[in-house]
Amino acid sequence: MKIDNSLPLEYSTEENRLKVLGFWIFLGAEIMLFATLFATYFTLFDRTAGGPTGAEIFEITPVLIETILLLTSSFTIGLGIHAMRLGNKKAMLSFFAITLLLGAGFLGFEIFEFVTYVHEGAGLQTSAFTSILLTTLGTHGAHVTLGLFWGLFIILQVKKRGLTPETANKSFIFSLYWHFLDVVWIFIFSFIYLKGMM
Amino acid sequence: MDYFDRFAIPHPSPVIYASMVAIGITVLAIIAGLTYFKKWGYLWREWLTTVDHKRIGIMYLISALLMLFRGGVDAIMLRAQLSVPENKLLDAQHYNEIFSTHGVVMILFMAMPFIIALMNFVVPLQIGARDVAFPRLNALSFWLFFMGAMLFNISFVVGGSPDAGWTSYFPLAGNEFSESVGTNYYMIAIQIAGIGTLMTGINFMTTILRMRAPGMTLMKMPMFTWSSLITNLIIVFAFPVLTVTLAMGTMDRLFGTNFFTTDNGGMDMLWANLFWVWGHPEVYILILPAFGIYSEVISTFARRNLYGYKSMVASMVAISFLSFLVWAHHFFTMGQGALTNSIFSITTMAIAVPTGVKIFNWLLTLWKGKIVITTPMLYSLLFIPLFTLGGVTGVMLGMSAADYQYHNTMFLVAHFHMVIIPGVIFAMLAGLTYYWPKMFGFMLNERIGKWAAWLIAIGTLVAFMPMFFSGLDGQARRMYTYSESTGFGIYNMISFIGALVLAVGFVLIVYNIYYSTRYASRDISSDPWDARSLEWATHTPVPEYNFAILPQVNSTEALWDAKKKGHVLFKGEYEKIHMPNNSGVPFIMGCIFFAWGFSFVFGMWIPLILTTIGIFACMALRSFEKDHGRYISVEEIEETETKLRGAN
Ligand code: HEM
Ligand SMILES: [Cu+2]
Repeated sequence: MKIDNSLPLEYSTEENRLKVLGFWIFLGAEIMLFATLFATYFTLFDRTAGGPTGAEIFEITPVLIETILLLTSSFTIGLGIHAMRLGNKKAMLSFFAITLLLGAGFLGFEIFEFVTYVHEGAGLQTSAFTSILLTTLGTHGAHVTLGLFWGLFIILQVKKRGLTPETANKSFIFSLYWHFLDVVWIFIFSFIYLKGMM
Repeated sequence: MDYFDRFAIPHPSPVIYASMVAIGITVLAIIAGLTYFKKWGYLWREWLTTVDHKRIGIMYLISALLMLFRGGVDAIMLRAQLSVPENKLLDAQHYNEIFSTHGVVMILFMAMPFIIALMNFVVPLQIGARDVAFPRLNALSFWLFFMGAMLFNISFVVGGSPDAGWTSYFPLAGNEFSESVGTNYYMIAIQIAGIGTLMTGINFMTTILRMRAPGMTLMKMPMFTWSSLITNLIIVFAFPVLTVTLAMGTMDRLFGTNFFTTDNGGMDMLWANLFWVWGHPEVYILILPAFGIYSEVISTFARRNLYGYKSMVASMVAISFLSFLVWAHHFFTMGQGALTNSIFSITTMAIAVPTGVKIFNWLLTLWKGKIVITTPMLYSLLFIPLFTLGGVTGVMLGMSAADYQYHNTMFLVAHFHMVIIPGVIFAMLAGLTYYWPKMFGFMLNERIGKWAAWLIAIGTLVAFMPMFFSGLDGQARRMYTYSESTGFGIYNMISFIGALVLAVGFVLIVYNIYYSTRYASRDISSDPWDARSLEWATHTPVPEYNFAILPQVNSTEALWDAKKKGHVLFKGEYEKIHMPNNSGVPFIMGCIFFAWGFSFVFGMWIPLILTTIGIFACMALRSFEKDHGRYISVEEIEETETKLRGAN
């Protein structure tokens, strides 16, 4: 394996460069996936069939907390990658751990929110609106859940194997994924929650 | 209801029982054969665990050919049923099931893998690379496709086939009107295969963007590689739409959501829209690689470079963009109003322009060429007039006002068969014949090949031309029978005869494979067609590392220049070569996905949860695994190279 030391560790081998590009293309596909969900949401959001509307069930407090948690986690993972570039393994691991904790907090609030919705009569089967609402949120939530496990595995690997071109590459790609989930959340926050509450 | 009743087929008939027996016997025969000849180890080591793009390509090819025959048998049954008025060969339900599976099998499990087969085999060779960017992912793509296809295919003996058409429109595809698990099979089998295809898209885009031989700039790529790049771009943007759509359809059927229902706010037209947002780009995913193959074949056998390289590329880029803007032409009659229809009419007609540009480029390539008529070239020459018939009728359908007359009649059926068969199938058969020597080390017989090409071309015309007329006379598609007084009888009888001619053509291709395997000379050069691009610059059979030294390129036709202008392709010394290790995980993951899909189809929740865990466990395993591949040493390369050079 040829290692090019003029580049950051995560880009240092050809295999790494391929993986980063491949992941960007994957994110392109993910954008289409969420775009389809959003398009469906906008088509169906006023088809509540006598069930609750967005304005009736959305509550600003948990949503704001979720937003703050996720945005902060995006910031901390950025710090983590910065630490990684400086070669500071300990700082990097701490930032990654904080990121995952914030992610878990986000997920906790989201689960709480889902339970409340179902209690208020906005279940998956209630109306076209609730079906797409819960599916869109659920798809994002499932991505975060997956990210928690993935991030955990990466922490374990960095801990055991240190910062190698391989682990650095994985960490970097994971950070792209995490930032992406944050971007999706901003769309959810603005176009589903804020717009729905107005 | 007894637990096991759910696996019974809802509309049994002697034919289905006979197929069950046939499937059982075939499976037993394969197992017995493998055991008797002690081939299990070989199968596992060389094929099931392989990550070599060439072998994966060949596995796609075998699957595509098998599916061609499954879909072909469906087709013959459909045409036989319609051949005379008031026929009682199939009942309405059975007819519904057969046209649904025919469509899905042919488009998703035959045409797609055929294309991906050629892409797998050809693209890395054509760009002078040693493999694709992510070989292991490539194997996983294949196994997901394969397991999806198998899951779909067992539907007719376990639980019942889908019966709502290959488009599976709601509310017809909802629980109310499609009670059997058939449509669950549709949703889940296509989902599994579709995820495989999406990963192929990512893999090949990365490969083509990053792994080209030194000197091969984007505008020096061979045309098939260009078409693959654009196709994979469309895959990456179109398939996620399908993923979401199928997931929502699955949830409507199994979890009681209300996306496409007719009450509780659901919107049935949403399915039609989403389906075609994927579906129309999908038809271009099929046709662009076909165009790529024609470009290669035509320039090879016209013995000159492709006319209008830049306009070829530009038209493909235009097509990829426009293909996302025309989807509503599939339901002009479903009431979206004159303005919307007009806009989509215009975009639809606009897409015919770049397509026309390509046709003229091929004609101009032929114009001053020294044409050699080989089997691949014969297919390409037959393609041009026949495809034009399909394209022109497409433009007719694209005029929304006129489409009220044509929509959902046999005219539409004739249109898309006249684009898909001469467009896609001829290209695949041309590609198969063209690349066969590189894949297997001998040529297919030209005489039998040409017979087959002519039979298939004539069969296509005889089978589908009458449908234009019966369609204009008002024969609706997907009707299982019609009365004598309609006068459709004669058209349908002619179509049936055409279908039989087509069938004979395909059987002849199989015979050709058998015949050539037995009798063809193994003593062929590595460039038997006197071709122009890099895939012909390496040995036959292709060593696992493809090129001992990576080629240097400075034009679109590197090999031609090497042969005629003294360009030196391979400079420098051998160096050790890094190759990926084989792995059984993709195959095992494919098997788990099969079990997952099966559990999902029948709503068996505990196995579903277990298999889901299994899938994630495989992914976790992969994350922790250390796999740095292996090296092929210089001595080993020297040995292989001397041996292969001796062979030619
Ligand atoms: C010249 C460019 C083309 C134009 C203008 C065109 C136009 C159309 C239109 C307007 C329809 C819908 C008609 C209706 O439902 O009433 C249609 C259907 C269809 N076309 Fe084309 N088409 C073109 C090329 C192609 C190509 C290249 C393919 C495939 C390789 C293709 C495959 C299909 C299929 C599969 C359907 C219908 C499927 C169904 O409803 O089951 N078309 N086309
Ligand atoms: Cu279309």
